[in-house]
Amino acid sequence: MDRRLHAFLLNAAILVGAPAAPLAAHAQDAVGAPAETPQVVEPRVARREVKAPAIDAENFEAGLFIGTISIEDFGSSLLYGGRFAYHFTEDVFAEATIGSAKAGTTSYEDLSGSAQLLTDGERQYTYYDLAVGWNALPGEVFFGGRRAMPSAVYLTLGVGSTNFGGDDHFTVTPGAGFRLLVTDWLAAHLDARDQFFNSDLLGKDKLTQNLQISFSLTAFF
Amino acid sequence: MHPFLITVTFLLASLVPFGAGAATAETVEVQDPYIDLHSGPGRGFPVTQVVERGASVVLLRQRTDWVKVRTDRDREGWVNRKQLERTLTPDGAEVRLPGPAPDARVAHRWEVGVGAGDFDGADTVAVTGSYALTESLFVRADVSQLLGEYSTGWLGTAGIGHIFMPEWRVSPFVSIGGGVVYVEPNATLVQTSDRTNSTAYAGAGLRGFLSDRFLLQAEYRQFVIFMDTNDNEVISEWTVGFTHFF
Repeated sequence: MDRRLHAFLLNAAILVGAPAAPLAAHAQDAVGAPAETPQVVEPRVARREVKAPAIDAENFEAGLFIGTISIEDFGSSLLYGGRFAYHFTEDVFAEATIGSAKAGTTSYEDLSGSAQLLTDGERQYTYYDLAVGWNALPGEVFFGGRRAMPSAVYLTLGVGSTNFGGDDHFTVTPGAGFRLLVTDWLAAHLDARDQFFNSDLLGKDKLTQNLQISFSLTAFF
Repeated sequence: MHPFLITVTFLLASLVPFGAGAATAETVEVQDPYIDLHSGPGRGFPVTQVVERGASVVLLRQRTDWVKVRTDRDREGWVNRKQLERTLTPDGAEVRLPGPAPDARVAHRWEVGVGAGDFDGADTVAVTGSYALTESLFVRADVSQLLGEYSTGWLGTAGIGHIFMPEWRVSPFVSIGGGVVYVEPNATLVQTSDRTNSTAYAGAGLRGFLSDRFLLQAEYRQFVIFMDTNDNEVISEWTVGFTHFF
């Protein structure tokens, strides 16, 4: 039986409905046609198991920093804080920083002897900063002839808020830093940042620059 | 103890366990013709070793797109993820190292971003997050700090949005939603009271892909602030932000 006749019989069987089905089956049996369409190509799909490797992906970095900040008009103070970063690629990372310092006194306050422009609480300088960083100059640092440590000079640009003098100020912070990987997971940083914000603490509204230099230790995890 | 010091101490304490280093390792068989072992986790670091197909290496740790491996001769180096994409474990399973999928731009689910902008004259710092329901439909949540000359405050919103051409390099999108705005006058001004109001917004913006992981977003949103009095306030906001998707 050729294929067209075969197909016709099958269609007929479907059209006539269930009662005709045994008949069609019988017709097939009579000519010895196979009950199923023969499989020409057998698919050889070797399905492989896919698994995630049992290794640490260490793209987070967290640590502490200590340094000095020059708060405009209020002298230099000890600065300390924490930083938390996520490394997207070998070039780009995002970083959140919180920091705190206690502002000193202005020259006016020192000279007048008793005048206090700010209360003790208002002298507390705290900020947060959300930054994007770029590892501009990656490289290696050599110690003697046997030891090489990966390093990078990076640039950051952040936005955030600084609480000082009883008010929150919108703050833009450009910065540059140097990171040295002492071990695979421990890094040491040197950072210089400048925090810009508008302040009217001394009467006139002006853009203040608050330069900071800090050293930090961070861990990758 | 100052709350800030407590936070810092907690951070310091939480660093200790990381010192344990790579506790796990996995042996795989190289399937690429060869792999390059660099001296550090970056493309610029010199290649110090080459390992051929069929040899086995131990995966130690991953940093961004680079995997630190140890060869059977006990040498260590960093290999790009792409050269390890076809490695097999000893029992024949494929190893899939974490990284962006080829169709990540269209098929990703999550977006997290940071931005800055202007809300009715006040500067804003914004953190945004969104989850894709389909390729073009997403739900989002945003928190912004408002830092104005005369007042400061917070804005929290949630909404739903639509991306018109998710496969285009630059695509327009729209969104609507609602939230809460809290405003506090600055200390140096004559006292008026703090206030919290509910708000609703409609917005439109443009987003453009920078790579398979990042995009830039610019958005304009118009807010209606529901006041206790009968006069509702209409406020404009624009934001520019940097977003990571995965």
